Amino acid sequence: MRKLEFKPKSKLREFLGEKIISINAYVALISILLIFVFIFKEAIPIFTDEFIQEEVTVDKMVFKQEFYEGRDAKWSWQPNSEVPKYSLYPLFLGTIKASIIAVLFALPLGIGAAIYSSEFASRRAREIIKPAIELLAAIPSVVLGFFALMVLATFLQNVLHLTFRLNALNAGIALGLAVIPIVFTVAEDAMTSVPQSLRDAATALGANSWQVSLTTVFPAALPGIAAGAVLGFGRAVGETMIVLMASGNAAIVSADFLDSIRTFSATIAAELAEVVFGSAHYTVLFFIGSLLFIFTFVINLTGDAILLRLRERFQGRTS
Amino acid sequence: MIRKLMFLTMVLTVVGMAYAGSNITIKGSDTLVRLGQRWAEEYMKHNPMAVIQVSGGGSGTGIAALLNGATDICEASRDMKEKEYKLAKQKGITPFRVSVALDGIAVFLHEDNAVGNLSFAQLKGIYTGSITNWNEVGGNDARIILYGRENNSGTYSFFKKKVLNKEDYSEYTQTLPGTAAVVNAVSKDKNGIGYGGIAWAKRVKFAAVSVTDDGEAVIPSSETVSSGKYPISRDLYWFFNGQPDGELKKLVNWALSEEGQKVAVEMDYIPLPPEQAAISIIK
Repeated sequence: MRKLEFKPKSKLREFLGEKIISINAYVALISILLIFVFIFKEAIPIFTDEFIQEEVTVDKMVFKQEFYEGRDAKWSWQPNSEVPKYSLYPLFLGTIKASIIAVLFALPLGIGAAIYSSEFASRRAREIIKPAIELLAAIPSVVLGFFALMVLATFLQNVLHLTFRLNALNAGIALGLAVIPIVFTVAEDAMTSVPQSLRDAATALGANSWQVSLTTVFPAALPGIAAGAVLGFGRAVGETMIVLMASGNAAIVSADFLDSIRTFSATIAAELAEVVFGSAHYTVLFFIGSLLFIFTFVINLTGDAILLRLRERFQGRTS
Repeated sequence: MIRKLMFLTMVLTVVGMAYAGSNITIKGSDTLVRLGQRWAEEYMKHNPMAVIQVSGGGSGTGIAALLNGATDICEASRDMKEKEYKLAKQKGITPFRVSVALDGIAVFLHEDNAVGNLSFAQLKGIYTGSITNWNEVGGNDARIILYGRENNSGTYSFFKKKVLNKEDYSEYTQTLPGTAAVVNAVSKDKNGIGYGGIAWAKRVKFAAVSVTDDGEAVIPSSETVSSGKYPISRDLYWFFNGQPDGELKKLVNWALSEEGQKVAVEMDYIPLPPEQAAISIIK
């Protein structure tokens, strides 16, 4: 039998190897930091540059403005105008509308599929369903957007007799398709990680499998499901291509979910390519980018925090 | 060895410089990019020494490139803005403008729309949002659905300036990337209205446009645009840094020649009226 032996000279190699792989791990972290620094740096002139502040300030972006004398104050996104208007509220409203519909559409489907897959499905059915739903996440968003633009919009308009072919509902449902895999995966993980002892206890008390899953497993996994919804919302807020193609891109202030919308992400995608470097418009787009970054960062952090607590509850420690 | 390398480097540098001398870049308007590419191909056939690279990106992108010295010729579907002229002066660049072709902006309607004629005042009302129902302009009782271009498009700016008197588009205007997308949307929406270059229209009808409410309404076509009868038309430009000479001058004069303008017609663009082309030629 060969004797296992660790020679001293391999220590250097181990040391280097460890350093190299740890650098790999930190590259992601540093990239995020650098990206944020760059985006935020381009947005700073809004706060400091007098020339730009003549055109746009945080005040003007947030509050209703009386753009023309004698006319009512309103929110308006018209950056390419004689009087440039940079209200963020219509864009914010559009982003929230689309994301809410996406989550409302994806939650029942994602959770239903997760309950079935984790509690009722045979092993074989599960082995088909899980990868199939996760495959939905692999569809390029431009394909989903194109589908919503050409097929879904026509279908919805014919069925619901809509005035606007491209609207928040259409974009929200298409976004929902991208959100389902996130809700499903997180919810399914949460339910399968509910300890068997809980299920056994409920069964011992005479519960059938419906009662076990609805009264025991589902409530125990609820934080995980909530985390799925939160992470899905984060994805919907940041998603660009689908809303750019399917939402109509009209910056309207209204509570109607059947009006067209314009979102933060689509605005950046549509306008950044031709904006004059360093202009007020350019700065505002980077300000929106910073907002999106912070927004999705906080949402993802919240989702992860909920999941972490869930794991601690089931296992007494993080796995 | 080192000497050989040095020699090689020198040869490469000299060759590179010679190559750069006849290398022309054209950049800008997406409306003009197809014509620019075709002109470049034809020109290179006649002048094998010339190397021309053409790319799109939009008028704004092309103008920015000209101001940064990143392109020899900037294609634009609009004139430079005052701001851009100012910036050019700061950067020591003297923009030189040449009209190379014409473009008509058509108003698209769904084929089943009862409305056929629209005046400037009506179009302005529709696109600024003060007219919202087709029955206000002689059509059915139905909400008007507005389609337009993104606000970085030259067509967006031109239509706004020419028809809307620089007023803002209605917030209900759905903005789509590209004229093809606008045409597609209007063809699917029986209450839709859109605008864009006339070469793009498929499965939509053109509105006949009049300047005044009782004036003659004209349908856009190659003839009516070229003759100036159709009111929403514009020049398509090439911008240079200073009056072009050498290869650049040869290229633009060829594009303005009968032969060059014939290429434009083949590509569904509208040629300059011969008198205008003759005046534009650089001596």
